[in-house]
Amino acid sequence: MASQLHVLAVDDSLVDRKVIERLLKISSCKVTVVESGTRALQYLGLDGDDASLRFDTVKVNLIMTDYSMPGMTGYELLKKIKESSVFREIPVVIMSSENVLTRIDRCLEEGAEDFLLKPVTLSDVRRLKDFIVKGKVKEGEKISRKRMRSIDCSSPLSATCSPKSLPCDPSPSLLSTLSAKKARL
Amino acid sequence: MDKTKLKQQALFMRTSLFDEGFLDEQFIQLEELQDDVNPNFVEEIVTLFYTDSVRLIYNIERALMSNPPNFTKLDDYMHQFKGSCSSIGAKKVKKECTRFSEYCATENFEGCFRTFQQINLEYSTLKKKLVTYFQVTTLILEKDKMKLRRLVEML
Repeated sequence: MASQLHVLAVDDSLVDRKVIERLLKISSCKVTVVESGTRALQYLGLDGDDASLRFDTVKVNLIMTDYSMPGMTGYELLKKIKESSVFREIPVVIMSSENVLTRIDRCLEEGAEDFLLKPVTLSDVRRLKDFIVKGKVKEGEKISRKRMRSIDCSSPLSATCSPKSLPCDPSPSLLSTLSAKKARL
Repeated sequence: MDKTKLKQQALFMRTSLFDEGFLDEQFIQLEELQDDVNPNFVEEIVTLFYTDSVRLIYNIERALMSNPPNFTKLDDYMHQFKGSCSSIGAKKVKKECTRFSEYCATENFEGCFRTFQQINLEYSTLKKKLVTYFQVTTLILEKDKMKLRRLVEML
């Protein structure tokens, strides 16, 4: 799968929007930048009708949002995304200039993938990208393994079909990564 | 001025900006986002910062004039302005912003007011230095472009 990662970035600061856009483009990502949580929900189609009824839902691999924004905060946006059946699986990263432990905990507990201290760096983006791509690769491997299993079992001449035990998810490495992130902060 | 001298000047200016504490690591991060296709990215962001922050500063100015002072609002506006300063690596300005926020927290209007003067001073000083710096770096780029054009014409 050679498709680019599509990142939706949300920030009320014009300067920060330009910087994050550049960071992502230089990291070979497709970027959509919006200035508010409301706009982000509009873009995702979560602002009105049930998104699961739409045929043309937009494809986003990662959402990066600023925490402190007027109107809807990044935390509120995170909650809305996690409430959506269509978009809850998309990793959401919170960016903030303030290193407040209670804020970080709250976001991680609500399902944020990561919490980045601003200003966001190129290595932050690269690390995120690697994580997302790895997730996509794992997904691809699971699908091809499932296909192989169904081919084995559908053969009429095969004896007993011993199902391979697939690794269950979420992988324990993800959980340790999360606690490692918290420890780092 | 010949290119070598210009490059020396640019290097000197850039080193001073860091040595004297005007800029921090974030400026280098922005420089890393520049390439041949976007050779002026840092200048673009800095220009954007100075254009965009005019209204942020205006908001703070207005808020300082209200009686009684609304420290929550002041802190809010300053938080926005400080964020932008942080994004371009404006170290000294950012430091004064932090000081301002501390005075907001203790509801010290006199402190806020004095610090705001300091912020304006650092903000303008940095602007002058960066404008001059970018004039030199742009000249170097122009000379490179001219050289390339002449080479192409010779072929």
